[in-house]
Amino acid sequence: MSEQAPAEQSLVWGWGRRPVSRSRLIRLRSGEQADHLWSSAAASSQALARGMGRSYGDAASLAGGVLAETSGMNRVLSLDAASKTLRAEAGASLDKIIKAALPLGLFVPVTPGTRQVSLGGAIAADIHGKNHHVEGSFGRHVRSVTLSGPTGTSTINPATDPELFWATVGGMGLTGVVVQAEIAMIEVETSFIRVDTERARNLDEAMSLMQQGDAQYRYSVAWIDCLARGGNLGRAVLTRGDHASIDELSAKARNNPLAFHPRRGPAAPGWVPSGLLNRFSVAAFNEAWYRKAPKRELGRITPLSSFFHPLDGVRDWNRLYGPRGFLQYQFVVPFGAEDVLRRSIERLSKGRFASFLAVLKRFGDASPAPLSFPMPGWTLALDIPISSGELGPLLDSLDEDITAAGGRTYLAKDSRLPRELLARQYPRLEEWRTARQKADPEGMICSDLCRRLDLAGHH
Amino acid sequence: MKDALGQHQSILVLGGTSEIGLAITELLATRHANRVILAGRNMAALEEAAVGLRGKTNATVSTMAWDARDYSGTDSAVGEAFAKEGRIDMVLVAVGLLGDQAKDEVDLDRGSEVMSVNYVGAATACLAATKRLKEQGQGTLVVLSSVAAVRVRASNFIYGSSKAALDGFCQGLADSLEGSGVEVVIVRPGFVTTKMTAGMKVPPLSTGADAVAKATVAGLARRSAVVWSPPAIRWVSMVLRSLPRPIFRRLPF
Repeated sequence: MSEQAPAEQSLVWGWGRRPVSRSRLIRLRSGEQADHLWSSAAASSQALARGMGRSYGDAASLAGGVLAETSGMNRVLSLDAASKTLRAEAGASLDKIIKAALPLGLFVPVTPGTRQVSLGGAIAADIHGKNHHVEGSFGRHVRSVTLSGPTGTSTINPATDPELFWATVGGMGLTGVVVQAEIAMIEVETSFIRVDTERARNLDEAMSLMQQGDAQYRYSVAWIDCLARGGNLGRAVLTRGDHASIDELSAKARNNPLAFHPRRGPAAPGWVPSGLLNRFSVAAFNEAWYRKAPKRELGRITPLSSFFHPLDGVRDWNRLYGPRGFLQYQFVVPFGAEDVLRRSIERLSKGRFASFLAVLKRFGDASPAPLSFPMPGWTLALDIPISSGELGPLLDSLDEDITAAGGRTYLAKDSRLPRELLARQYPRLEEWRTARQKADPEGMICSDLCRRLDLAGHH
Repeated sequence: MKDALGQHQSILVLGGTSEIGLAITELLATRHANRVILAGRNMAALEEAAVGLRGKTNATVSTMAWDARDYSGTDSAVGEAFAKEGRIDMVLVAVGLLGDQAKDEVDLDRGSEVMSVNYVGAATACLAATKRLKEQGQGTLVVLSSVAAVRVRASNFIYGSSKAALDGFCQGLADSLEGSGVEVVIVRPGFVTTKMTAGMKVPPLSTGADAVAKATVAGLARRSAVVWSPPAIRWVSMVLRSLPRPIFRRLPF
């Protein structure tokens, strides 16, 4: 058995930069090292895998425990164009996977708003992208997972062990450490997206455009201005599209249709004070963003990085919120509960909580995974800088509304949900707990999120 | 656990009958705090406070005997509380005696008790809490200081100096905890109208326990190292601190 690197005590936080906790960090280099975790955790403390730290709250933190970083275990192991299958280690980022796959005319089946997430994290959070209404969340495209846990290591798929497989998909890392996974890729001819852009003057117009048109698009999303008020409340820019075919490219681009050179901009500096992003600066940004967008433009050929991952251009953009940090609030309400969505946006707008890039999207069918977030309905995601005591009570009350309407909040983004709401938001929680209990009977796997929301059901 | 907005789920209050301490605890418990332990000397008063909290919030509230003057007992009492709860996210050190300056100057048993409870007792409690919070890798220590600590005045120098010592202790402690996952919040209220100050002349910029609680919860959300209540007292203190002595000495309070 290979030895682990010595553990190092470090402060750890999520992408929102809060809450902060201290853990022992070790860097996994192999599946055997992950197995070793369970014998050493038994003697000392609990353990958890950590990928790229892109979950916003405390899903990848474990105060006082062992965090096993997967960044050293990031190889793409095989990539087969014929069967459109990729096998990679859990620490491989979608960035790495996309760069490896595109030259073969393959692309990831689901991509979130950043490529800087690990394969293991994508499975643990059962992430979604702009194609959810058509192709579902990430877990649907996973063929198999090699999972290392306290009861052993095994390679499982939806046929061999559906219970553990679907508890791992969306299971927030609490069933074990994903060591490797095999996923079904999709075929693309080019690295470009054919994009239709439309502006909507308010929320109703945006929602009706999406309702009518989404079925014709593989990818669809709307950016909502949550600071606009009155008749402009929820004014939006819709961008929808699909992968461009070769004959849609310019003659020059056709020479190298799968070229992929995403721009890597400057990093945000570390000294930005809290409060720089306030409602005035964000309102100005939102205004410019809305004005800049064409009223209606069809068929623009855009590099896929600027369509899918606009924020990847600024490294460490989360630092722009300063040391007070920010949170991302993402919820979904079922179709039919549009009034709850509208009311939530109204109340956030009234509270003048600055948010840019509030993102509205329609979800399609839910995944078989009991803790998976997406369900058929409307999802809204917004970044809010943490300013004072007023934000908490407002969000608590939105949570109530959303939960009562049969909706839920996204655990990978969460950093503040009242724990009483968890079981109401995730009615299949007990089913997940049963599967988790079997995989980790002694409770060796844990996270700060798990403690905060009592996910595992100890209390 | 602590959340992104500075809400804490489990709270140990050392000095569990303090009005300010209870107001802070109540506000946190009406939000996300669900477990509270009130520790103090007067068990009957603690029980009464616990009943009050249970009535106003959904938190599970228990009480624990603890005497700030029993320095060696502090370590074991705090250790027991942590052992019983598994984790404690926030320790609120609210213990303190206001004393009576005129009497305390001549009755040295009384004077020394104010000094030893407010400084040695409270600081020992901070040490006992800190070592457990550090082991957890996350936690918050909230300590009730006072604006009286900023510049000690002739009219209450026994109380003021004891709070000044505690305040300085906490500043150093906070710096030493950088990188540990433990955060220290020093609360410096102005004159607070409570049972402790009943019958005293109320100076300008006085405040109530609820206002101090609100300011503290906002400070936790903002990650403030120091909370002032009312906020304006911060600037007044800055001015008072830099006044030349002949002028400061003649001020009417």
